[in-house]
Amino acid sequence: MKNMEDQVVLRVFSKIMIPFIIIFGFYVITHGELGPGGGFQGGVILASAFILYGLVFGKDQLAEAAPPRVVEGLAAFGVLLYSGVGAWCLLAGGNFLDYSYIIPPAEGAVIPHLDGGAEIWGMILVEYGVGITVCTVMITVYNMITEEAEA
Amino acid sequence: MIDSIPALMVVLPLMAGVITVFTGKGDKPWAWATAITGIVFAMSIALLAEVTAHGPVTYNFGNWPSQYGIAYTIDAMNGFVLFVVSLIAAVTTYYSRLSVKDEIPNDRLHIFYALWLLTICGLLGITITGDTFNVYVLLEISSLTLYALIAMGYRRDRRALTASLRYVILGSVGASFLLLGIGYLMMITGTLNMVDMHDRLQVLIHNDEYSRTIMVAYAFLLVGLSLKLALFPLHMWLPNAYTYAPSAVTGLVAATATKVAVYMTIRFLFGIFGRDFSFGAVESSDVLLTCAGLGVLYTGIQAARQNNVKSVLAWSSLGQIGYIVIGFSLNNENGLTGSVVHILNHALIKGGMFLALGCVAYRLGGTRLTHLKGLGRKMPWTMAAFTAGGLGLIGFPLTGGFIGKWYIGLGALDAGNWLILVVIMLGSLLAVIYVFRVVYAIYFGEAEPDSVHATEAPASMVVCTWILIGMSLVCGLWSEWSVDLAANAAKAMLAGFGGAH
Repeated sequence: MKNMEDQVVLRVFSKIMIPFIIIFGFYVITHGELGPGGGFQGGVILASAFILYGLVFGKDQLAEAAPPRVVEGLAAFGVLLYSGVGAWCLLAGGNFLDYSYIIPPAEGAVIPHLDGGAEIWGMILVEYGVGITVCTVMITVYNMITEEAEA
Repeated sequence: MIDSIPALMVVLPLMAGVITVFTGKGDKPWAWATAITGIVFAMSIALLAEVTAHGPVTYNFGNWPSQYGIAYTIDAMNGFVLFVVSLIAAVTTYYSRLSVKDEIPNDRLHIFYALWLLTICGLLGITITGDTFNVYVLLEISSLTLYALIAMGYRRDRRALTASLRYVILGSVGASFLLLGIGYLMMITGTLNMVDMHDRLQVLIHNDEYSRTIMVAYAFLLVGLSLKLALFPLHMWLPNAYTYAPSAVTGLVAATATKVAVYMTIRFLFGIFGRDFSFGAVESSDVLLTCAGLGVLYTGIQAARQNNVKSVLAWSSLGQIGYIVIGFSLNNENGLTGSVVHILNHALIKGGMFLALGCVAYRLGGTRLTHLKGLGRKMPWTMAAFTAGGLGLIGFPLTGGFIGKWYIGLGALDAGNWLILVVIMLGSLLAVIYVFRVVYAIYFGEAEPDSVHATEAPASMVVCTWILIGMSLVCGLWSEWSVDLAANAAKAMLAGFGGAH
């Protein structure tokens, strides 16, 4: 695939935009439990930064920035993070994904916590698990499509 | 930890499946998958014992009340199916080591076993869950991984790719029908929980409200489920998918995937819509019996015409699915008991026979009828297992296959449906033809030059084959335990939602 490296406007503009896209992606993931958004949407936004980079600078550059092996590993890691949070709650004595048990509750504590301290950790970690997997799977799909086009 | 078994049944294979990607090369992914499926099998026995002794078990994810969150509900019906699925999963996983190494590119083994465990996770999840949307999600997990597993047979035969693509298309159509059906039901009942959905639907049906929406939802679900369980004439994805998939995958899929779809159908028809609606207000009996009855005859004839023995068994699977559908469509206790017990017995028989063919493929590189000629002397144990399984398919007395057909036949008598009884007899006759065509080649055929030097398959493969076939014989001789479990399940389903209130 012919890349667009000779297009100065595209190159400069995407270099400016990519950091903002990434920050916005993290914002959408992190803010997901309170506002619109969440792990899935944020993950797609994050992936779009990488895919833009790949489109403009070529897939070799993308492979350097995000090595396919690492990307595939992270895709598995995201699922593990999600299910790991669930399993952690299970081991701490609650039901699977019962966030109240992420920070082991004190004797006689009210569950769910009134201040929501433990629940926030649960939601954030799970959202990041989803976000990481969605982002890396999107990148993998992009990698695979471009591979086929060159074959 | 015991209380958490319902969650672990699904979570363990899910997490383990993902971890498999990191297990490295060689036998490590296989050893890991074997350990996990072994643990899952042990848990399913514990769960079945608990359900049989103390009634339904409910597990709420995240401790949310079941109306809001996802609840897993296990009663006599799905406890039994979970036992069947995890039994087959454990045996086929242990069996798969040599066969998979032989048929899958060896640098992909960790991916193969990751998909394998995720398929099992999806199948167990569909069975265990008490939440209709969760059914759809896990159905997608199991189907998507299954498509990939089937396509992995491409190294032996490139037709695996087209077979898999056809399965992708028809499977996706089926899944989207299911999603639409579930969506309509959620729209009018406002819940996804199966127990609540059942209760609210009964009120709506009784008051004659939203009757058209309920009907549309029912139609979508019935067609989607029929596609998934490969009911004639919606069966076209199945024969090639089974034939060209890697041997171990065929063993797993043939014994579990359609059985889980049958379970889903029974759950939706009896457990959610209720039998008064499914077989009263809508006369689905006629439709289902016609399709299944014609299917039994048509697939029997097709099975007798195939030259690849894997195809013979694939077509025969369709016929056996037909019997199971006939059983529950009769809408009485004997018929439903027959269906449920046949889920177990057919899984054992067909799983075992496909594993026997896997042994043949391992030694000879193919499973055409010509490959099997004269193998009775070269691979006596494998071929004895195949023959014993074949007798089960026919429904020979003292084999597992007989028990299910007997109860389905009793069900047909109870329903006064003589025509169906004739169909069951004719179907068995066709089974005699297609089984003995193969058995004749095995014992009386002249060995082809390629297979003169064939020897018995490795012990680990033959033992696994015999575990399944042996169990099917045991279930035929001492049928009380399996029939009791099935009868419990049938009673629970006929009563509505398994009494999980």
